[in-house]
Amino acid sequence: MGSNCKQDCLDLSFPATQDQASDGIATLSARLAAHGLPDSKADDVKIALAEAINNVVEHAYAGVAPAEVQIDCCLCKDKLEIQITDTGNPMPDLRLPSDTLASVETALKDLPEGGFGWHLIHQLASEIQYERRGAGNLLRLRFDFNEMP
Amino acid sequence: MGLSSDMTGETQIIFVHCDRIDAAMAIQFKEDMRAESQTPAKRVVLDLSSVEFIDSSGLGAIVASMKQLEDGRRLDLAGLRPIVEKVFRLTRMDTVFRLFASLDDAISADAD
Repeated sequence: MGSNCKQDCLDLSFPATQDQASDGIATLSARLAAHGLPDSKADDVKIALAEAINNVVEHAYAGVAPAEVQIDCCLCKDKLEIQITDTGNPMPDLRLPSDTLASVETALKDLPEGGFGWHLIHQLASEIQYERRGAGNLLRLRFDFNEMP
Repeated sequence: MGLSSDMTGETQIIFVHCDRIDAAMAIQFKEDMRAESQTPAKRVVLDLSSVEFIDSSGLGAIVASMKQLEDGRRLDLAGLRPIVEKVFRLTRMDTVFRLFASLDDAISADAD
């Protein structure tokens, strides 16, 4: 993935269903911790990873037969790179959704119940890249460890 | 997914007995909360101390759970783990709910 550090890589794939995604996220988080993902970053990675995978399950494979979600992680000393691929529908306009969060300063009945996912990913990842490649989607998330906590 | 509840004075405490509230169980959680909160309690506190992970769908289900309380009652949250608290903070939902570090803190706080 264009890195020049010595990488410790791991990968996981599973069918894109909500139950499989739930278990897959837990499995991958545990494996990343075992491979030395810093504790200070573990929560951020897990939150963003869950949102990215849920997007694949809920949107990329919406209306089509769910296939696999493939996740490849490369852990370096100072960063973690995650690549998520699927063979589902492209992102709208072939672009990353922007970082928009509905206002919470509103009446109780108007509070948003969704639309938090991309906001969380944008807040937590150091870099996000999306590419439509052939009949599939490729999403890359990078998490830098050298930021001040 | 499992919920149970207790009454302390006029406060109902709902306990979540599972380690995650995520996309796989958000709809069930919301339905279970609707059934569990059909009481005349003036205040409802949700104990999240067993919940080790929440995603945006789980967050949405908790927001929906408050919106479906009758008579505009608020839902207070207690015992949030750091990762759960972070999801609330990053989405600014920490300004919507009253968050308490522990159930004891929530119970000793005024209803409103």
